[in-house]
Amino acid sequence: MLSLGSGGAKSTKPSFVSYVTPEEIKAEKDPPKKEKHPDLLPGEVEFCSANPILKYSQDDLSQHGVFGTLFCTNFRVTFISDETPQEKTAKTFKNKLYGEKNDIPLMCVDHIYGVYDEKRKLITGGLVKNKYPSKMIIHCKDLRVFQFCLTFTKEEDAKKIFQGIAHHCLEEKSLKCVFAFSYMGTPSPGTDLSFCREMLRKQETIMFDSPEDWTQEMKRTKANCRLVIENKNFELSQRLPKYFVIPLAIGDLFSYQGKGLPIWCWSHYSGCALFKASFPPVTQEDGDFQKHLETMINAVAHNYLYSVKTEDLSESLPNIQDIQQSYNKFKQFFLIENSTDFWLSDVKWFSSLESSGWLDIIRQCLQKAVEVVECLEKDNTNVLITEEEGTDLCCVISSLAQIMLDPYYRTLMGFQSLVQKEWVAGCHAFLDRCNHLHQKDKECHSPVFLLFLECVWQLVQQHSPAFQFSETYLTVLSDSVHVPIFSTFLFNSAHHREGVMKAESPLAQSGPLSCPTVWDWSVQFDSKAQNFFYNPLYSEKVKHEKAVRKPHKPKHQRQLSLPSTAFKTPLKKGFFKDETDSLKKMLQVKRLSRWMGSPDSPAATTREFYESWQHRPVDYHGLLLPCLDGPAVRVWMQRYLRWIPEVYILGGGSVAMTTKLMELLSQVQDLKRVLEQRDTSQAAKIDHRPYIQHRLLSFGSSGRLSSSFPFAYTRNRSFKPIIPTGLMQRLMVTDSLASQEDEASSVASFV
Amino acid sequence: MEPLADVAMLPGEERVIDKDIIYICPFNAAVKGKVFITNYRLYFKNTDSETPVTLDVPLGVISRIEKMGGASSRGENSYGLEITCKDMRNLRFALKQEGHSRRDIFEILFKYAFPLSHGMQLFAFLSQEKYEENGWNVYEAMEEYRRQGLPSSEWRVTFINKNYELCDTYPTILVVPYKATEEDLRRVATFRSRCRIPVLSWFHKENHAVIMRCSQPLVGMSGKRNKDDERYLDLIREANGTTKLTIYDARPNVNAVANKATGGGYEGDDAYQNAELVFLDIHNIHVMRESLKKLKDIVYPNVEESHWLSSLESTHWLEHIKLVLSGAIQVADKVSSGSSVVVHCSDGWDRTAQLTSLAMLMLDSFYRTLRGFQVLLEKEWISFGHKFASRIGHGDKNHADQDRSPIFLQFIDCVWQMTKQILLFSNVRVKTASLWSFVNSDTSLYINPFYTSESSRVLYPVASMRHLELWVTYYIRWNPRIQHQSPVEQRYKELLALRDQYLKKLEELQLSDSTHLTNSSTPNAATPNQHITHLQTPF
Repeated sequence: MLSLGSGGAKSTKPSFVSYVTPEEIKAEKDPPKKEKHPDLLPGEVEFCSANPILKYSQDDLSQHGVFGTLFCTNFRVTFISDETPQEKTAKTFKNKLYGEKNDIPLMCVDHIYGVYDEKRKLITGGLVKNKYPSKMIIHCKDLRVFQFCLTFTKEEDAKKIFQGIAHHCLEEKSLKCVFAFSYMGTPSPGTDLSFCREMLRKQETIMFDSPEDWTQEMKRTKANCRLVIENKNFELSQRLPKYFVIPLAIGDLFSYQGKGLPIWCWSHYSGCALFKASFPPVTQEDGDFQKHLETMINAVAHNYLYSVKTEDLSESLPNIQDIQQSYNKFKQFFLIENSTDFWLSDVKWFSSLESSGWLDIIRQCLQKAVEVVECLEKDNTNVLITEEEGTDLCCVISSLAQIMLDPYYRTLMGFQSLVQKEWVAGCHAFLDRCNHLHQKDKECHSPVFLLFLECVWQLVQQHSPAFQFSETYLTVLSDSVHVPIFSTFLFNSAHHREGVMKAESPLAQSGPLSCPTVWDWSVQFDSKAQNFFYNPLYSEKVKHEKAVRKPHKPKHQRQLSLPSTAFKTPLKKGFFKDETDSLKKMLQVKRLSRWMGSPDSPAATTREFYESWQHRPVDYHGLLLPCLDGPAVRVWMQRYLRWIPEVYILGGGSVAMTTKLMELLSQVQDLKRVLEQRDTSQAAKIDHRPYIQHRLLSFGSSGRLSSSFPFAYTRNRSFKPIIPTGLMQRLMVTDSLASQEDEASSVASFV
Repeated sequence: MEPLADVAMLPGEERVIDKDIIYICPFNAAVKGKVFITNYRLYFKNTDSETPVTLDVPLGVISRIEKMGGASSRGENSYGLEITCKDMRNLRFALKQEGHSRRDIFEILFKYAFPLSHGMQLFAFLSQEKYEENGWNVYEAMEEYRRQGLPSSEWRVTFINKNYELCDTYPTILVVPYKATEEDLRRVATFRSRCRIPVLSWFHKENHAVIMRCSQPLVGMSGKRNKDDERYLDLIREANGTTKLTIYDARPNVNAVANKATGGGYEGDDAYQNAELVFLDIHNIHVMRESLKKLKDIVYPNVEESHWLSSLESTHWLEHIKLVLSGAIQVADKVSSGSSVVVHCSDGWDRTAQLTSLAMLMLDSFYRTLRGFQVLLEKEWISFGHKFASRIGHGDKNHADQDRSPIFLQFIDCVWQMTKQILLFSNVRVKTASLWSFVNSDTSLYINPFYTSESSRVLYPVASMRHLELWVTYYIRWNPRIQHQSPVEQRYKELLALRDQYLKKLEELQLSDSTHLTNSSTPNAATPNQHITHLQTPF
């Protein structure tokens, strides 16, 4: 009756290490015995193929590889080895749509390089026409690197496959060509019922596409605002959500196409709230529009105690082009093609990272979010963040601030709802920003959503027990952006989505377009794999508080009782109507970014805010602030290093720890269940927490996981240690000390 | 108020002086308070506010004491003392400017912080502390060699050094090739720097490969050769039939060549034909000292902000760590593949100790236990003559001494990097001095809950900058903004406790079941167990 620990003796333990020895290149290769074809997804169509193609194995720089057939379909580039597949290892963490080893969704291709006469050239439209390269290198957006040698196949085939891949991956295309519109996947197959799915259904992600969702959210945060339904048919603005919430004090909705309208994000328990708005740059002459914006700011101030701080994010944060440039530099350090490159770049690793500026942008965003949090939590002032469009950095900062303030958004469902609220319903231009259609206009591409995930990862890293979801969840989410199946990341706004979906549905013969959202994780992962999304470190709120559970009462242990600003104290309701002029002056003084010049820089004041928070006992269900010191902001190792074999630590890394924790957690849960079953009086309240049922292998016997687990573990082949090369040229200590004797005295002692 | 009321004085500790003083805390403002100096510590407690600010600094960590400002210095708190510590911090105290107020405290502090420079004894010899266990007994050389499977048909134990006659910096018990006679050893000693001949550090039970350690050969400018030394190394090679003995010279090639000028050098190809020589490019103690100094500059008192990563890179501290680790990986890999190795640097007590002990940590799971680690340090560091006293400069006023160098700290950092990468390790928290008595009296503080004893295999870390990181909780530990406890460990311990709790409860329930069944007629049988159902759990 009691099954403890290692999962009982009955369950067969899968081996995680497969030894697929890469075949050596032979000058003459036997012709393929029979044709192989990829298992196509419903709606997937094969475009072209070529054989034999040599796929270089990524794990070593020697000229090793596997022969096989390369295909290009309307969904992916895929490679099928000629070798008869060895006994399949039971892989716990497997994406049902594409394999990490041989499949590249077309949307996931970042760059293609061709090697012509030993020279590597970036493939753009022009080069494709002329000739095909001997070797094709594909850099993926999820940082995988593939290398295919085209010289063994017939010239004609090689040309065809190369041009086909280049065309489908690089050329500008229309949205209708995206695989999502051909995909006929049946959403959520009924066979996959499990604990996890059961829970998913019980506790859905809130989509924020109905008035009820917004009303519910206002109720949850005790907001006193107004729900706008006038944009139901996008009559107000095509850039605004279908439904949204604004301050009560706004009367006129229809001027300036909704420009400047403060969109409600979240309300603090004190009553003050966070708003975001699109504020286009105002010219001096445009007095009317200026006045309109002033009215909007006043309306925000009316929300609570007549206080508002405004922050123009385009003034104080890097713009989306800066973000794009920085990320382009940054990702290069992880697109490693061979071991030599790896060790050469190891030398200047830290300064390379710094030169990209990416970590600094992350720090700046977190810093800005902390400033916003400080206004809400410490000063209890309303905050209005603005930028030109109001759907890029506004989304980053408002989501981050909400995660820091509201523990609900640190649960998996809460987080997904937040992404829906601020990003998807909130009209972030995913299609343009992710450049899914390979538009030549470079201006609008920018990894803004990834930047947000990066910031969240920093928080998860620093305060793991506060988050229900894991690092792996974030990594998978960042990958899913480039899987062309999900409606979530395919559109520029709610209006855009609705327009496309409406236009598309009649075309599909079988009812409405079946385009799942990314939150239907069963499309990609079975329930076992989905268990990796849960953080075993998460310290869930103790249940017995249920009766008194009012999430937004001032219950935070770390709530700060620092002196609040003088601003709000003397004012009483109904008092300021006559004082609009002086109030306006004050409002302007209170603009956050104007503080930059003052002796107390925001960095210094937020530092104080952080320190006073840090001195309180930890409450993972209260306010959460990130440490922003140099060593604290780090590289998202799992996402960036998971495909690089040189950094695999066999049996090590954070995975070792997480696995042990998961094991122990499942033991404890087993025990708890047994106890609960015995205790009939408690049978009514069965815990629906996803049961972490799989038992990962302990490190004792057959297999050891590498640090990149659950990704890329089939690539581990060697138990040999990785020995750095190129050590000699590394450390150039020019100091005279270097040549000095170890012991000053030893000079004398040896004659 | 009894000034030292809240500190438990150590047996043998005596108060020397008290003084009103201002502590200029680098993280907050200046703090008014009182400083107490004993023959063991400097203790400061504030008097100006409710929130306590205290300092408890053993005098042993003081590296340098300087006077700050003069009697006529202007500005607030400009007159006082500046104390440089060996644990990555500086302490500044301000005193009243009139009446030479700092003279007595300066002199007393100077005397007690550097007792050896003043003809006094270190506190260690004055301490009256008694421990249940005598830490000096942790390491018993014979017992350790027996554990490794020695002596064997190829390796014998020699007592040639029992009165430190062969080599005064070696232990009394040495393990050498069975075929080497005592006379051979004496002749080899004449050709090795400070007579530190190649002796066995570790023996691989399965493949019989060994790690030998020694100092550099005395080749000199003229390129001297020594038949006995050559034959001796060949005996080591022969012992397990290794075709080519690998000699790891920890130094950069150029340094090894430069050492010829002072009589040292390295094993040349033609003289040692059955050996291959590999240089590991690890720099000397002076380079390491300067590197740590640079590191301190960027982390104390404030952590360099704007260019943290490039500043960190420019200290080279982590690059040095990488080189040491990568050297140790090469040694361990060679040995586990069945080849014997010889490791040396110049004298064979700094870099050599780092390399052999790290390789042994990778190879032998025993050393990854708390006790095993103690044995490792006792053996590879203390018994083989790492110059702790001069590297750390205990009780010595000469802060600029060229012999000081953070070699041991660097080793501990390497171990930390390994624990960071591979959790299956018994936890090692840093302490500087027979310490073992102290540690072993409360082991729970130092145990890593993640350690699994079954991991009796070779564990390699990855020596890439991608994985190396600054040991923040050591180097930046004085900064109040740094997080100290690891939530992971905390959570693991919680879960362990919870599991035990549940198991106990279940046992009790089962017990009560059985009693209930057998004695169903007795009404009071089930009562005691039914009260424990209201457990609070985080699930």
